[in-house]
Amino acid sequence: MSDTASTPPSAEIDEQTRRDFLLVSTATVGAVGTALSLWPFINSLNPAADTLALATTEVNLAPIKEGQSITVVWQGKPVFIRHRTAAEIEQAKKDDAAALPDPAKDADRVKKADWLIMVGVCTHLGCIPLGQKEGEPKGEFGGWFCPCHGSHYDTSGRIRKGPAPQNLHVPSYEFTSDTQVVIG
Amino acid sequence: MSEQHSTSKFMQNGVVKWIEHRMPIFSFIDHSVGSGYPAPKNLSYWWNFGSLAGLALIIMIVSGIVLAMHYTPHTTLAFNSVERIMRDVNGGWLIRYLHMNGGSFFFFAVFIHIFRGLYFGSYKYPRELLWIIGVLILLAMMATAFMGYVLPWGQMSYWGATVITNLFSAVPWVGDSIVTLLWGGFVVDNPTLNRFFSLHYLMPFVILGLVIVHIWALHTFGSNNPTGVDVKGPQDTIPFHPYFTIKDLYGMGVFLLIFCFFVFFAPNYFGEADNYIPANPLATPPHIVPEWYFLPFYAILRAFTNDFVLYWPISWLMTAKLAGVIAMFGSVILLALVPWLDTSKVRSARFRPVYKWFFWIFVLDWLVLGLVGAHPPEGAWVLIGQISTAYYFAHLLVILPILGVIERPLALPESISASVTQPAE
Ligand code: HEM
Ligand code: FES
Repeated sequence: MSDTASTPPSAEIDEQTRRDFLLVSTATVGAVGTALSLWPFINSLNPAADTLALATTEVNLAPIKEGQSITVVWQGKPVFIRHRTAAEIEQAKKDDAAALPDPAKDADRVKKADWLIMVGVCTHLGCIPLGQKEGEPKGEFGGWFCPCHGSHYDTSGRIRKGPAPQNLHVPSYEFTSDTQVVIG
Repeated sequence: MSEQHSTSKFMQNGVVKWIEHRMPIFSFIDHSVGSGYPAPKNLSYWWNFGSLAGLALIIMIVSGIVLAMHYTPHTTLAFNSVERIMRDVNGGWLIRYLHMNGGSFFFFAVFIHIFRGLYFGSYKYPRELLWIIGVLILLAMMATAFMGYVLPWGQMSYWGATVITNLFSAVPWVGDSIVTLLWGGFVVDNPTLNRFFSLHYLMPFVILGLVIVHIWALHTFGSNNPTGVDVKGPQDTIPFHPYFTIKDLYGMGVFLLIFCFFVFFAPNYFGEADNYIPANPLATPPHIVPEWYFLPFYAILRAFTNDFVLYWPISWLMTAKLAGVIAMFGSVILLALVPWLDTSKVRSARFRPVYKWFFWIFVLDWLVLGLVGAHPPEGAWVLIGQISTAYYFAHLLVILPILGVIERPLALPESISASVTQPAE
């Protein structure tokens, strides 16, 4: 007995429970700390300042005639700008009452009825719908058609048929004059 | 056997003895793939595909490291740097074609390896963990190949990356934030390409690590065999070296011959012509298809539309898009649960007269899914895709558990050697 540095049995048990507590709490603090230290690494993968800086795009609408569309790039994404015809506007308003998978009124999707401005990215899996150029398929509802998995959008860019869950998104934009618009 | 080896001429060599005393690496190798590793004597050619997959991994790492010396991960330069590899770098075309076709052959070997396991019940006790590690390797391979395909920055690279990363937008609440995090921007762009290159370089070494633990688990109990009956004693085994080293080498010769045929005579057979068009973020190609080894999973993803029967019971819970994403990942992850989904105690399909048929129907179903994935979802393909998707899950979740209970297996041989020395009754 005297040869070994042993503690009396009772004290040993006491000591062990205290040790256990210290061990568990130290390990917990260590684990939480390690987990938190991962955040800067993950966050570094989010858009960097220079990527965010490309956040607005200015467009001159004057050269776009009625019935014409152009595609501009905003944050690397295509934005569809369509100068709608009277017939398209009328159809879009009429369809407010149709069965819409993602209900929205045409009036809420435009600032000026003539100009439909939307992100040209299919809300299904991100392909670019056809219908911007003369002669491209416009789908069963006369708007846009996504060839990837067959989504049909109407003259207000609302999803009408196919796998896409939402209408084409409307970005935030501002008319700075009658023919000038800033997207973003 | 190791006794015998330790007295071999090689082990008596002074340098070998010096090293062996300090780090017993030679006996480690001998016990892993040498004469000190007793393997079941009846292993058939279906057992070659593990070493073939290993060979493919080595080909990918060697060709990949050299490609990375010439490749530039930037959106404005990536496509041209790959074209430079093809046209100007000495033998660059060969190294790239080895890497491109090596991916296909890697998946080919691994798929056969997996179906081998399913047929002979190699996933059953005590090899469940070995099997699960295998499923993890498959997942890691899929991630690696997906990111590698983005690197040449052609049209399929770009739009494949767009469609697949957009899958994560189906996650409720945080989906869009996840996608932005994956992209490092608002579209697939330079930050995406850069991180994919970094990860594409890293992942093969993660796979290598997984392969090492896969083999560790394998050697704990040794290989399964065509009878599925445990090794009962030395009469059931032969030393791995030279018997199976030579058989594996023979398999590698045949494999490399076929591989070289594609590399030299049909290098773009497995590829898509559209990927020789530089990526254009403003124009989607008319028909996006993944590489062939993703087609069955792609078909499962697309099967989930609002009119799919399997979707109805969960339609109140989630969108069809999310259901498709879960089903696609689930179709791989479910494989990890097969050791528990299959309730039969008998390993090999040789002695399971009913399972044997269902196994081949499952293989057929998987091939049909591949065909469906290659076609646009129109006309009859939609229905065929939905039926074969439903069958895929039915096989794993319904047929396997029930069959193990109701099927009457044939009598098992007493041992591997008894299966040949005693006439069947
Ligand atoms: C698990 C093993 C691997 C798989 C399955 C794989 C798969 C792929 C695939 C499918 C491609 C696209 C080929 C094309 O269409 O051009 C690719 C490209 C590439 N990989 Fe890998 N890879 C693997 C390992 C590696 C390793 C270890 C490295 C580097 C150390 C690497 C470096 C590259 C580079 C630089 C490219 C772009 C050049 C090109 O497109 O040909 N890969 N990889
Ligand atoms: S991405 Fe448009 S329909 Fe799928």
